Amino acid sequence: MASESSEVRLLGKWASPFSNRVDLALKLKGVPYKYSEEDLANKSEDLLKYNPVHKKVPVLVHNGNPLPESLVIVEYIDETWKNNPLLPQDPYERALARFWAKTLDDKILPAIWNACWSDEKGREKAVEEALEALEILQEALKEKRFFGGENIGLVDIAANFIGYWVAILQEIAGLELLTIEKFPKLYKWSQEFANHPVIKDGLPPRDELFAFFKASAKK
Amino acid sequence: MADEVVLLDFRPSPFGMRVRIALAEKGIKYEYREEDLKNKSPLLLQMNPVHKKIPVLIHEGKPICESLIAVQYIDEVWNDTNPLLPSDPYQRAQARFWADYVDKKIYDNFSKISASKGEEKEAAKKELIQVLKLLEEELGDKSYFGGHNFGFVDIPVVSYYPWFKALETFDSLNVGECSKFTAWAKRCLQKESVAKSIPDQRVINELFVELRKNSSTE
Repeated sequence: MASESSEVRLLGKWASPFSNRVDLALKLKGVPYKYSEEDLANKSEDLLKYNPVHKKVPVLVHNGNPLPESLVIVEYIDETWKNNPLLPQDPYERALARFWAKTLDDKILPAIWNACWSDEKGREKAVEEALEALEILQEALKEKRFFGGENIGLVDIAANFIGYWVAILQEIAGLELLTIEKFPKLYKWSQEFANHPVIKDGLPPRDELFAFFKASAKK
Repeated sequence: MADEVVLLDFRPSPFGMRVRIALAEKGIKYEYREEDLKNKSPLLLQMNPVHKKIPVLIHEGKPICESLIAVQYIDEVWNDTNPLLPSDPYQRAQARFWADYVDKKIYDNFSKISASKGEEKEAAKKELIQVLKLLEEELGDKSYFGGHNFGFVDIPVVSYYPWFKALETFDSLNVGECSKFTAWAKRCLQKESVAKSIPDQRVINELFVELRKNSSTE
């Protein structure tokens, strides 16, 4: 357990799934923290000080020690606050969890994002790749309630974009990617995820997120 | 038992090199299997169906894919000798951050340099030198990124060393500008685990020539 006097700050962006991952991890651990909303068009001195390398959010600052990169932060949170473990104990299971978190970032999220923002020309191929990516992810879920098993784990957190953002983005784009017909297991997981008592409180409000991305789509 | 650990690999690959180094650091005996990337084995396709790439570490029949994930796995299972990651959570997180940085920035710039010409190429070369300079800052006065001991960040950085040498040869990348980096690399190359894992530079150079020929439209 971290000491009573430990200070935790999160520099984030409310609409960003990457920033949200850190919110979710901290909330699942019951760690109190101060949140600062960053304006990426007008980066704060703190952001530039704490993440000079990438100048991006999220950045966790724990007792004055900064840490960027959402998945690095989530693992750090898991190792520092030992209640409600987010990663399994077994090294092989941990390797699998890390593999899926990385595959989400490297392959699955980009495929879905591309499909949602693609123009007429690239649309068909982008959608095909997005559907393939969702298929791969669904297979990884198998028959489990969450990727973490009975409880939310690293992969569920890493897949927050799939669990919550995709429904909004696909509606704006007029696409049907994650549907109950196409991916029944994954769809069911997304409902369990978004309705989980702690996660629900940690996700940004749907209407506002919809408005935010709709406005971006117009540009 | 040597047959408990199998590595599906491709000798010139920097990603494969990382796993070789980690296995050597821990003194693990294993079966090495060279893959023909133009004709991937059924075992590779079965063990890494998602990405179909090497390296794949197979331990007791179970595959671990992605080089840095395999290195962490090795460190966690064979945890009685030569730790590759620090024990303090914040230092571990920093090591993971830098390893991630290396894979993003070095790899991306290598790709840009190989794929571009003229101004774009020069810009990518400049950025790569900036990356090395930032890494030198991070290294500071330490012998290794891991401090006294060679560790988790040293491994991916040194795995790119053959590519740096190739860019020196073919693209006049002035790595010599970064004397701290060069000194650190020399130190790493003196380690047995690195020396026996590093591919032959001639093979790397030949591959570079071949890759560039294939991608050239001139």
